[in-house]
Amino acid sequence: MEKFKTHTGRALPLRRSNVDTDQIIPAVYLKRITRTGFEDGLFAAWRADPEFILNSEDYQGVSVLVAGPDFGTGSSREHAVWALRDYGFKVVLSARFADIFRGNSAKDGLLTAVLKQEDIEILWKLVEENPELEVTVDLEAREVRVEGHVFTFEVDDYTRWRLLEGLDDISLTLRHGEDIDGFEQKRPGFKPKTLPAAV
Amino acid sequence: MPHTLAEKVWADHVVRSADGEPDLLYIDLHLLHEVTSPQAFDGLRNAGRPVRRPDLTIATEDHNTPTLEIDKPIADPVSRLQIETLRKNCADFGVRIHSLGDAQQGIVHVVGPQLGLTQPGMTVVCGDSHTSTHGAFGALAFGIGTSEVEHVLATQTLPLKPFKTMAVTVTGELAEGVTAKDVVLAVIAQIGTGGGQGYVIEYRGAAVEKLSMEGRMTVCNMSIEAGARAGMIAPDETTFAYLKGRAHAPAGADWDAAVAYWKTLRTDDGAGFDAEVVIDGDALTPYVTWGTNPGQGLPLSASVPDPETDFEAEVDKTAARKALEYMGLRAGTPLREIRVDTVFLGSCTNGRLEDLRAAAAVIKGRKVADGVRMLVVPGSARVRLEAEAEGLHEVFTAAGAEWRFAGCSMCLGMNPDQLAPGERSASTSNRNFEGRQGKGGRTHLVSPLVAAATAVTGTLSSPSDLAA
Repeated sequence: MEKFKTHTGRALPLRRSNVDTDQIIPAVYLKRITRTGFEDGLFAAWRADPEFILNSEDYQGVSVLVAGPDFGTGSSREHAVWALRDYGFKVVLSARFADIFRGNSAKDGLLTAVLKQEDIEILWKLVEENPELEVTVDLEAREVRVEGHVFTFEVDDYTRWRLLEGLDDISLTLRHGEDIDGFEQKRPGFKPKTLPAAV
Repeated sequence: MPHTLAEKVWADHVVRSADGEPDLLYIDLHLLHEVTSPQAFDGLRNAGRPVRRPDLTIATEDHNTPTLEIDKPIADPVSRLQIETLRKNCADFGVRIHSLGDAQQGIVHVVGPQLGLTQPGMTVVCGDSHTSTHGAFGALAFGIGTSEVEHVLATQTLPLKPFKTMAVTVTGELAEGVTAKDVVLAVIAQIGTGGGQGYVIEYRGAAVEKLSMEGRMTVCNMSIEAGARAGMIAPDETTFAYLKGRAHAPAGADWDAAVAYWKTLRTDDGAGFDAEVVIDGDALTPYVTWGTNPGQGLPLSASVPDPETDFEAEVDKTAARKALEYMGLRAGTPLREIRVDTVFLGSCTNGRLEDLRAAAAVIKGRKVADGVRMLVVPGSARVRLEAEAEGLHEVFTAAGAEWRFAGCSMCLGMNPDQLAPGERSASTSNRNFEGRQGKGGRTHLVSPLVAAATAVTGTLSSPSDLAA
């Protein structure tokens, strides 16, 4: 995973709450067996509407998504993160994220930063008035900076550290192989096994 | 110190705990399906890693599978490739799989419990958010993403921060015609789609204790729709009776040891929850959704709400406006007057035998209304066989409904079972998101009883609306 320290880019104001992962990428796009190439599925149903903001000339090349509360609810599909990432988004800002989506984002280097809804409203206004505005998201300082405004955001220490260092979870866990071995030796014998199959 | 059920199960699975780091949690059962696993197996292959515990892992095919002509090759080449990839991955890595055509195949959350693999006090994960279903047994069960699927395959563990705990107490007794589905739709309507965010919900109270295992699974299944990571119900005699004798349930001395442990899995008196919600079970009536998220639900007796007057927060007004526009509804229309084109009975929420029985009892001797199609999709091949043994398939087909093979089907329309643009469904599934059941499709979430009554009248109805 690439290290994430700070990112500066233009932002897309998405004035919607409860953007579920079926909207981020509809199920028909989940049939691929690769881990990349999901950008065409991003907001596919909404993008069919020429008026949808992501279709606007003004917002081509954006990399920071500013969304309403409860972003990423619903299905656990990590394809939602892959679609955002493949399209070019590096950061999503929202007042509240669904848990699974947020966990998935951290695995793929997409930063999900929690801002106050009032700060989201200010950001919406700023980037609607001037789509050329550059927004800086500084993970080390936990700050979003734009046009003289500084908004602090929430991200937990561990996720921040992993993103800053670009660390991969599996390698981190495998450092504790002996702990896992030890735990397995103490597991009760009545716990079920799938093998051998009993039916 | 007194502990909640969720805290006890968590504590029993901590492999490693360190300051400033998430706990490393051991996973007792990992369920796989074709959609969220291919990239995880690829990751293992690229890193040269094996599946650490194939004997705690099981796969089935459900999301993509057709529900007609299952003996023929899958027509959609992309779906076929995904299924074939799962079969190859399971063969390469030594993972047990129940494929289409196998009597144990079905929706992953129906298969685990019916095999007796889901038991109290376990940690259960799957790359599917409705893994919360298994919490009905007093297991800590939650959905994960594909990176986490790979992590569990490689290590049988997950690094996780402890969840907060929420008690949802449903008091009293449910009236006739009020089901587990109505309970959970009412809970979500009350706390909202983000209300459970960061929490494990424990459902308790007299109305919950009276639910069957299948009803408990329906309630826990939709915990994710309230934003909760998991839902749990303390195991009791109902749980033990359901498990006893199942293929993978413990037997002999192991059964006694297991039950002794399971009986400790209750929230201690005096244990504190981070949040508490109380629902008056006596007052509940059948619930249906009117909007495009599962929190936008109301009693069937209500009318479509007015975005301008029935909501306070601006984000809720906007969401309601957008929902009514998408759903093609006008504020003030009685919900009972909403006409549907399709009725879908099935899914991991309501595709089990009791659901089919309940719907069949309503529809028996009646006809599906003209212009309405009704799809009945059992949750698993075994459910289908058991329903057929009781003659339920004949009840449905005599009424004019379609009797299909098992799978996720129209819950998410990854297979050919989809709504056409503008079509409206009454669906026993779990999500009414825009386009969930097919591009432009409009979904009303309902219980199996409401689904069956709606099929007969053609408009959203409960069995009490039907002439005797």
